[in-house]
Amino acid sequence: MNTQRLVAMANDIAAFFAADPDPAAAAEQVATHLKKFWEPRMREEIRRHAGAGGEGLSPLALRGVKQLG
Amino acid sequence: MYAIDHKDLGTPAAASAEQVTLEIDGAAVSVPAGTSLMRAAALAGTAIPKLCATDSLKAFGSCRLCLVEIEGRKGFPASCTTTAAPGMKVRTQSPRLEQLRRGVVELYVSDHPLDCDDCPANGHCELQDAAATLGITGSRYGAGATQRGVTPDVSNPYFTFNPDLCIVCSRCVRACDEIQGTLALTIEGRGFGSRVSASEHQPFLASECVSCGACVEACPTAALTEKSLASLGAPAEAVSTTCGYCGVGCSLKAEFRDSTVVRMVPNRAGHANQGHACVKGRFAYGYATHKDRVTKPMIRERITDPWREVGWDEAIGFTAREFRRIQQQYGRNAVGGITSSRCTNEETFLVQKLVRAALLTNNVDTCARVCHSPTGYGLKHTLGESAGTQAFTSVMKADVVVVIGANPTDGHPVFASQLKRRLRQGAKLIVIDPRAIDLVRTPHVEAAAHLQLRPGTNVAVINALAHVVVTEGLAKDDYALARCEQQSYREWKEFISDARHSPEATEPVTGVPAARVREAARLYATGGNGAIYYGLGVTEHSQGTTMVMGIANLAMATGNLGREGVGVNPLRGQNNVQGSCDMGSFPHEFSGYRHVSDAAARGLFESAWNVTLADEPGLRIPNMFEAALDGSFRALYIQGEDFVQSDPNTQHVTDALAAMECVVVQDLFLVETARYAHVFLPGASFLEKDGTFTNAERRISRVRKVMEPLAGLADWEVTMRLAQALGYPMQYSHPSEIMDEIARLTPTFRGVSYEKLDRLGSIQWPCNDAAPEGTPTMHVGSFVRGKGKFYRTEYVATSERSTSRFPLLLTTGRVLFQYNVGTQTRRTKNLAWQAEDRLEIHPDDAESRGIEDGDWVGVASRAGEIVVRAALTRRVARGVVYTTFHFPESGVNLVTTENSDWATNCPEYKVTAVEVVKVAQPEAWRERTRAERGARVHRAAPVA
Repeated sequence: MNTQRLVAMANDIAAFFAADPDPAAAAEQVATHLKKFWEPRMREEIRRHAGAGGEGLSPLALRGVKQLG
Repeated sequence: MYAIDHKDLGTPAAASAEQVTLEIDGAAVSVPAGTSLMRAAALAGTAIPKLCATDSLKAFGSCRLCLVEIEGRKGFPASCTTTAAPGMKVRTQSPRLEQLRRGVVELYVSDHPLDCDDCPANGHCELQDAAATLGITGSRYGAGATQRGVTPDVSNPYFTFNPDLCIVCSRCVRACDEIQGTLALTIEGRGFGSRVSASEHQPFLASECVSCGACVEACPTAALTEKSLASLGAPAEAVSTTCGYCGVGCSLKAEFRDSTVVRMVPNRAGHANQGHACVKGRFAYGYATHKDRVTKPMIRERITDPWREVGWDEAIGFTAREFRRIQQQYGRNAVGGITSSRCTNEETFLVQKLVRAALLTNNVDTCARVCHSPTGYGLKHTLGESAGTQAFTSVMKADVVVVIGANPTDGHPVFASQLKRRLRQGAKLIVIDPRAIDLVRTPHVEAAAHLQLRPGTNVAVINALAHVVVTEGLAKDDYALARCEQQSYREWKEFISDARHSPEATEPVTGVPAARVREAARLYATGGNGAIYYGLGVTEHSQGTTMVMGIANLAMATGNLGREGVGVNPLRGQNNVQGSCDMGSFPHEFSGYRHVSDAAARGLFESAWNVTLADEPGLRIPNMFEAALDGSFRALYIQGEDFVQSDPNTQHVTDALAAMECVVVQDLFLVETARYAHVFLPGASFLEKDGTFTNAERRISRVRKVMEPLAGLADWEVTMRLAQALGYPMQYSHPSEIMDEIARLTPTFRGVSYEKLDRLGSIQWPCNDAAPEGTPTMHVGSFVRGKGKFYRTEYVATSERSTSRFPLLLTTGRVLFQYNVGTQTRRTKNLAWQAEDRLEIHPDDAESRGIEDGDWVGVASRAGEIVVRAALTRRVARGVVYTTFHFPESGVNLVTTENSDWATNCPEYKVTAVEVVKVAQPEAWRERTRAERGARVHRAAPVA
């Protein structure tokens, strides 16, 4: 999968949930969205990227991705 | 000429529940109060002669043929304009009445030729009927006509106007007024010189006429008549079916003889269309038998090879072997399928079943991905159901109508006619659109407000509207607190009250004057029933889902949900977008919108299908393309979808398709995507199969077969045979059995059956034990999700912004006469109205670039370049350009980008930063673009 594209998509998702004033809740919602709508190989790739430092991911997107487990 | 099986009752039905009893020709008759004597007599079985009356139009009282006698009254009143009254005694036949009627008909006949045998309306002409009833074969008055010798107007490709046959009854003029709402026709001149005139005495094709055909249907003679009636002869049979174009889902009667469709006539009993149709539904069905139809399956090893025609067994066997090989080689999830919003519910259900149960993957998606997927997500999360809330007829009880990012007169014309009727009754209109669509100002309709926002700023505008509602105390707190999650409402109010959402703060971003936003918000919140209708101008953005949620927030906060006249109504683009979504076409959910991780729902399907199903979401269409490019996705079965023309960033799409090892295209024609296919399976048009479509108001309607499939198999039969070839047992003898399975497995369809559809005409889901005849209005009393939920909808600017290199914003749409990628309408005579895509550009932007109307212009974005002709218009604001995407030679999606909605990956078609330059040699420009695409583009190979 195109990592940069996944990074952009994850950031877009995080940008929506960032409206939640509770950062922990926002990160949880990012993770839930990724689990419900991203195909496993997409999740695996973004998780690998986050594990390697997560370049380009917004702080909230990175936090959400790391909650994927 | 109305439908051959229609019994015309002369005047419209009265709506009163009160009954009145009168006597007609000695027999007692009871009818609703307000019923005309003509209709009362017709209901009692007595047809009073008439010419200017028909039951689709208000009584006019001009022909004086329907005269009757009423005991105790002087004279001979017209039965069409006289209302039934209790105790009234009416005579429809008497020597004096016959004498009067003979005189009237003789006058008409004096101005009308009597060579009926050669007339296309022979046997269906109301003047002929009247003359025959009265035994009139000539006229004592002799010929006094001045229309003899006037050349008929044959400019319209579908119908002719012959003044010689016109009796000037005004039915056509009234139909254009009352039914269509275009007011393109009038009667000009006096006496024998009176004649129907389109616009200012123009040929029909050049006039304002939108060719809906309502005038043709209303005509009692052959003055206005379908050309197909003249060329093919009168139809012998009629079958009720559902239009295959837009999401209005008009009920039509296909009139045919010997399996050849002679004409389409809107079904007067049609619940979605109320007896109306548009130029596409009524006339543009010729694609179904176009010479370009491919009726033999074809295969090839490589996409550079020529096609080889084969039999069905070989094509299906080849496909099955390839899919199994690829799964064995690359893994189970290296394959997938696409359902089509142009196919029936039963067919989409079968394709997703094939993918999930036979291929054992959830890699199934549908073309709704690129249009209304944000509607599904947004409405499901806020209201609890992925669908619009109302019936179309609800608009007749709306007081304030908000149209956002939709162009109903072009995209959903039959609904637009109904909307215009309501607006002409006095309802207010707010239009939110970057472009001045026709509804902003059209005969007898003018929007109270047009919020002409910059493309990409929808969410800022909806937030500003909500900000005004909340901060000015216009919200219906009691409604919202009782019907919605209270905490979410309080948090949302706090969020939306912040000054950053105010119209004044957002004006620099949106370009909409703050005062205008405030006026619109006040009007929507306080003007009575507020109804929102929206289209792809809402969904096809990076914040498409956010905008849908913002719309739902606004409707909940103002109490505009859960009754007639209000609601949130997505205007679906294609005939079965709603249905394809309902049927489990998305990779994360089964039919009825239940997530694949829901063990209980999955268990139902596993039990019914006798397989273990995947519990993880599959790939969406754009994800499939990405996976194809990284080599992990290798095979795709595409039913009725032309990615190469319809999806954004064409180069990216074609690269992905070219990277796959087996692409299967099932379609009517060798569409652009077929250039990249290894297997071509001939599709069947909507005339060639049975099934159902579900329209934008959740209305399930029957599609009925008129002719046998040209390729021998209906689409559902092809999918079934492919499943069998894959080793998965799938056996149905008729689509009704598929619907029975859908009903067993889908709670919202539990009460649906073909028997019930035949009995009721159509059904709006949910249809279950609680609502056995369906649900016209949703969320009555409570929301489907229990309590409505407000979401914070922060405006996030799209990354696609105008720059010094690309200073203009391109947005896209469609026109009345063409349809989506034009696969169907380009193969009809609708080309007479539009035969190319054009770029609308503001005169100031054009002038600064040296562009004049009609010039060829190059449009460049960061994704690609195209060449189209320019059309200078002030419909678009400065800085904004607009075009359609109907013609492959334009290749509009070469310039759109990979940006997509955050929640659903719906492409951001509506915002692309571009530059426009005048092009002296368009072919050279195109060649340069082709050369740049170069080696990666695979040209279509010829059939061997």
